[in-house]
This record gives sequence, structure tokens and C-alpha cells, in this order.
Amino acid sequence: MIIFYCLLIFMLIAAIVAVETEKLLSSVICIGAIGFGASLMFLFLRAPDIAITQIVVEVLGLIILIRATISRDLTFITGDREFFEVVVSVVIVFVIFLAGIQVLQTLPDFGSPIFAQVADAPSNTYVSRGLGKTGAANLVTSVILDFRAYDTLGEATVLFTSIIGATVILRKKCRKKMEETTG
Amino acid sequence: MLYALCFLLFMIGLYCAVVKKNMVKIVIGIVIMEYAVNLFLIMLGYRTGGQAPIVGQKDIAATGTELTNAFINSSVDPLPQALVLTAIVISLGSLALMISICIRTYEKYGTFDITEIRRLKG
Repeated sequence: MIIFYCLLIFMLIAAIVAVETEKLLSSVICIGAIGFGASLMFLFLRAPDIAITQIVVEVLGLIILIRATISRDLTFITGDREFFEVVVSVVIVFVIFLAGIQVLQTLPDFGSPIFAQVADAPSNTYVSRGLGKTGAANLVTSVILDFRAYDTLGEATVLFTSIIGATVILRKKCRKKMEETTG
Repeated sequence: MLYALCFLLFMIGLYCAVVKKNMVKIVIGIVIMEYAVNLFLIMLGYRTGGQAPIVGQKDIAATGTELTNAFINSSVDPLPQALVLTAIVISLGSLALMISICIRTYEKYGTFDITEIRRLKG
């Protein structure tokens, strides 16, 4: 229990530093600290698959973010937006904060999940019948690849769509050719 | 209390995404929000003293394919873990898309400052 508090407070400090520091590169490195803290936390929350995936995604995401900020760090942008915009934003954040506080009252206690109290929750079926129905010893694998395989298909579609979008935005060759012909 | 700390992490990300005017800072705020939501979903499925939802040799009952009650009563929830696995990978794709938009904007306008970017032209 103590380890969860320590990790969450570490992540909070890293998040505050990432938000408030001026250099973009240090901010990106703090994002890496948050990500690896989250990975450790997943490991202690008994989710080893998520921890492995989080480490891989974290490394790739850090490479992408550093690609965006390296050698562009000369542009220091300090200060926030204009006064009126800041006031409106802070009011919105405060309203969402109040709504979240209301939701926090209704949550179950930490350590007693909902599916243990509801008899016909789908997770009960996954846990008790997962091995017999799919033959996978890892129940998370049996959920993502058998019970909810269409979700994984949709995930692959979203991933390809976003990568196609990034390629279209970043490509240079065809755009130059088009500008030459029109100009 | 742990949920409250996780919600605080979410609020820091939201503040960063709403108030800052550097484009990369906004992306960083969105990334922090993604971490907080993933962590919250995994925490909802945690059981005190539970074990990972991976069936070992000793968890299979002697009769055959049935699992022992000890495993069923101590395993953490596998459903949020599966869905968060999907969400983490999707967040990588959306991060790549957002960063590529930032890089193109920088090439065109020479700054990350969103208050400077007012001219819209194809």
C-alpha cells in the first residue's frame, strides 16, 4: 500500500515539473519519469502485460517527442495566455474538478473490485472459464484475442489510420512536385 | 485516497493542456491525462493481496480443466487490463499524429506559440 502512495507522489512531482519547467527537453524527460513510474505501478498492481507494453510505448513516445523538440529548444515561450482566456480555462478546470470530486464519493474502496461483488459481471466468466474456452493461460490474452477480438481489430485500424495521417502530414516529396507544377 | 491522487494527476494534465500556449506543452498535458486514466482503470480492478491473471500449474484443479477456487477468488480483474492494453497502443498512435502536426506547424510558421499562429492558409 505504501509503495502505491510513493509512486503516485513521485509521478505527481514529475508532472508538476513537466508542466512548469521552461525547457522543452527537460519537460519531455519528466514525461519519461512519469511513464516509467506508471510502468512500475502497473507491475505492483499485478498487471505485468501492461507494464511491458507501457515500457515499449514509453521508449517509442520519448523518441517521437525528442524528435519534435531537439534543436528547436531555442524558442523559449514563457508566460500563459491572455488574462480572459486564462480565467475561462481555470473556471472550466474547476468545474471539472468539482464533478470529479462528486464521482470520487461513489467509487468502491481501493482493493475491492466491482466484479467481485456483482455476480453476473463478465469478468467472472473470463476468470473462471477463460482457460477452458480459449486454452490461453494468460487471461488478458484470452480476453483481447478471443472474447473481445473485434476490439483488437478496431485498435489495429485506428493505429494504421493515425500512422497514415502522420505520414501524409510529414511527407515532403509529392508536395514539392505539386508546388513546382502549379507555381 | 489513491483515486484522489490519480485524479489530481489528471487535473495537472488538464491544466497544462488548457492554459499553456506552447504546442508541445499541450501535447505533454494530453499525454499526462492518458497516463492518469490508464492508471485509474487498472486501479479499479485491483484486489488486495491478489495475483496476476495468469494461470499457473498449481491453479488447475485435479479434475481437469476447471480452475481452483483460490485462483478465482484472488485473481485481479482481467477486463480493464485488456482494454487498457488497447488504449496504451492507441495513445502512441495519437501521440505520433499530434507531434507530426506540431513539426509541420513549426516548419511553416517557425514557432510553437499558438498565439502567433493566426494566419490560416493552405
